[in-house]
Amino acid sequence: MLELVGIDKRFGSVHALRGVDFTLARGEVHALLGENGAGKSTLMHVAYGLVRPDAGEIRIAGAARRITSPRAARALGLGMVHQHFTSVPALTVAENVALSAGWPGRPHEMRERTRLLSERMGLPLDPDQRAGRLSVSLKQRLEIVKALAGDAKTLLLDEPTGVLAPPEAELLLQMVRNFTASGGSAVLITHKLDEALLTADRVTVLRQGAVTLTGPVAGQTVESLAHAMIGGDPGVPLTGRETVKGSEPRSSRELIRLDSLEVSRESGYGIALRHGSLSVRAGEIVGVAAVEGNGQRELLRAVAGRIAPLRGKLQVAQPVGFIPEDRTSEGLIPALSLTENVVLGLGSEAPWVHGGRIAWREATARTAELIRDYEIIAPGPGTRAAALSGGNQQKLVVARELSRVPAVIVAENPTRGLDISAAAAIHARLRSAAAAGAAVLFYSADLDEVLHLADRVLVVTRGMISEAAPGASRSEIGAMMLRAEREA
Amino acid sequence: MRALAWAIAAVGLGLAVLFLGLEAAGFSATAGLSALWLGAFGSWDAFTSSTLVRAVPLILIGLGISVAFRGGALNIGAEGQFYAGAIAATWVGLQLAGQPRPVAIAVLLLAAALAGLCWIVIPVWLKLRFGVIEVISTLLLNFVALSLVSFMVQGPLQEQGHIYPQSDPIAESARLPLLPGSRLHAGLILAVAGGLVLWFLFARTLWGFRLRAVGLGPRAAEVSGRIDSQGVGAMALLISGAIAGLAGGVAVSGVSYALFQNLSPGYGFTGLAVALLGGLHPIGVVISGILFGALEAGAGAMQRDAGIPAVAVYVVEAVVIVVALLATVPRGGWIGLRAVVRKRIAPGKAPG
Repeated sequence: MLELVGIDKRFGSVHALRGVDFTLARGEVHALLGENGAGKSTLMHVAYGLVRPDAGEIRIAGAARRITSPRAARALGLGMVHQHFTSVPALTVAENVALSAGWPGRPHEMRERTRLLSERMGLPLDPDQRAGRLSVSLKQRLEIVKALAGDAKTLLLDEPTGVLAPPEAELLLQMVRNFTASGGSAVLITHKLDEALLTADRVTVLRQGAVTLTGPVAGQTVESLAHAMIGGDPGVPLTGRETVKGSEPRSSRELIRLDSLEVSRESGYGIALRHGSLSVRAGEIVGVAAVEGNGQRELLRAVAGRIAPLRGKLQVAQPVGFIPEDRTSEGLIPALSLTENVVLGLGSEAPWVHGGRIAWREATARTAELIRDYEIIAPGPGTRAAALSGGNQQKLVVARELSRVPAVIVAENPTRGLDISAAAAIHARLRSAAAAGAAVLFYSADLDEVLHLADRVLVVTRGMISEAAPGASRSEIGAMMLRAEREA
Repeated sequence: MRALAWAIAAVGLGLAVLFLGLEAAGFSATAGLSALWLGAFGSWDAFTSSTLVRAVPLILIGLGISVAFRGGALNIGAEGQFYAGAIAATWVGLQLAGQPRPVAIAVLLLAAALAGLCWIVIPVWLKLRFGVIEVISTLLLNFVALSLVSFMVQGPLQEQGHIYPQSDPIAESARLPLLPGSRLHAGLILAVAGGLVLWFLFARTLWGFRLRAVGLGPRAAEVSGRIDSQGVGAMALLISGAIAGLAGGVAVSGVSYALFQNLSPGYGFTGLAVALLGGLHPIGVVISGILFGALEAGAGAMQRDAGIPAVAVYVVEAVVIVVALLATVPRGGWIGLRAVVRKRIAPGKAPG
């Protein structure tokens, strides 16, 4: 039905897809697995006309096609369910479906068609309900009905069960199987391995933009899929270590101490981290491994002083250097100059602040030093941060945060999206900061990076912190990370 | 530099459109524009008594609006805050007979600024408490303020004769001193000084820098700068309201000496154009305020001497606003904007 051949895509310095081949046969559910950032969504966006590939071919029913927009994709019988809801909250269910399918006609016809379609699919919905008032699972149901409304023969489902409770997820997967049993085909993006094993006929695993496994589900296990997702690819630069290093404390000075810390979710609802206990000593680099959304972000932000914990004890030596995940919205202000961004981060403690006044000349001189020391490629301190490449922007954030000589460094995905040399430079900086006596706590979505950089490895699952024993292997850590998924 | 080029382009294009429009409508455009010029800059008296007198409230309001915009908050309610200031100034001004002049003026202006601040406290509170967008709440409060003025001049503040819908003149001692031989009052000093003070705050102090940072990147300001973005935005609005209220006080104490309806010919809205044309830069706002003062002064002369309706000048203001808004289009132009929109539609985390 759908064939993707040699799809290649770069976003700036990030090689998102490296010549990926993917074949979806008629009547099958094909699971597409991979860690965050492995390129799953990007690959499906290519098929759906949202991302134009740099190279490669899309074939539908054997014929090469150019898909330049979602509309073109729908015309070819593709339907997509996005990871995030795409309905208009103020419109009714029927209006949302008609809007997405491009149905003309009168309101009562739209209502009737929507009702028939949703019932035929075994996903009944009230056509007159406003989308904004639907529960999460009904919203997801609406997304699927929308995707099918254009007479789709092929469904692309991007983590459709991520927001659903287990029984609802089961119902949805049953619907997907019914759909394929009646001649449709479906791609199911997920990071829940059990789901893939139970639902899919075939499976393809992506890792860092390349296919590491493809074939029938029969014979695969959670362990074999996790291995393909998380590790063992010899072509990847960071595979220096296969196990947790373990550290002999170089110092007894405890710089981070948490005792039964409880932190609420960033969104404000629910608890992200419970009974969090942790101790990090001077000179230690501690890496956090976790599947997205398990509370690691809240853990790091609480330590960095960006979120106030609900209860528990939190002692963190000051000053803290914090390297946030998203450099262009949280680490930097792109419209400001490099100097201004340095001034922003260092605040009122900075040496160039004299009684509330900023001595810009001093700040500029210091920024020029940082540019030189960190080998940031920029015309000068007056350049706007927006003009820098991602790697140089990240170096600026790191330079700024380390320039305050922090006792504690907290970093989220410190090398996300960077090329190898920029990533290596940042690793070297974090190491030398630790060697100089700082405590480093970082999270990375890339388990290789965690093993490569960290002395100790923590795994956060469903808000609980556990520590991997020294010498623990990649697959043991992978199993710890996914444990909660299987218990669910 | 880029902002200056845009500003010159905006004004040039505005005048060109006015010229063509007048020709197309059958007026003599040359005569019209020459009357406009003479009315604004033709004599010392025209420049001081017409242009600068009209420029003073525009500069003050433009400065107020630019403080809010710089802090990432949109104050569209300067007209209302201006009237709140004018009401307070009138009421206070009526009680100040016999007080020494510096004290009387200081008390009057302070009252006006406080009134403007109180008027914007409502939208600020609504925003912090319920997340009400200040664009709507400040805009709507303009109409409330207009009605309040109407009530005041027919009720509590109406002149003692109870004939005309206006107040009695305020005490002599509360009036701003005039430049001898003209109608230009000391409010100009206040407006220019205000521009310089704001320039210093924005360019040289940590406080002003943080305000700008919140306007340009509220998330980064919070996460990396550890700034309370909401608090800074609220403060920017409060200051903005106080300055617009001050403008109302200056109008009463320097020009009208009394409160009446239509005291402002839409200063609060023209002030938006002034702020945008000035690139939200305090010195730029002072210059663009004088320019808009000249346009308003020239409009009257154009009607008197060339028989062209004064509203024609609003064409220039409208074009200036449109071009000034174009100048704020994100870098990368409309294509860049489209990319931003597309990202919103399909937030598939493109690079990862």
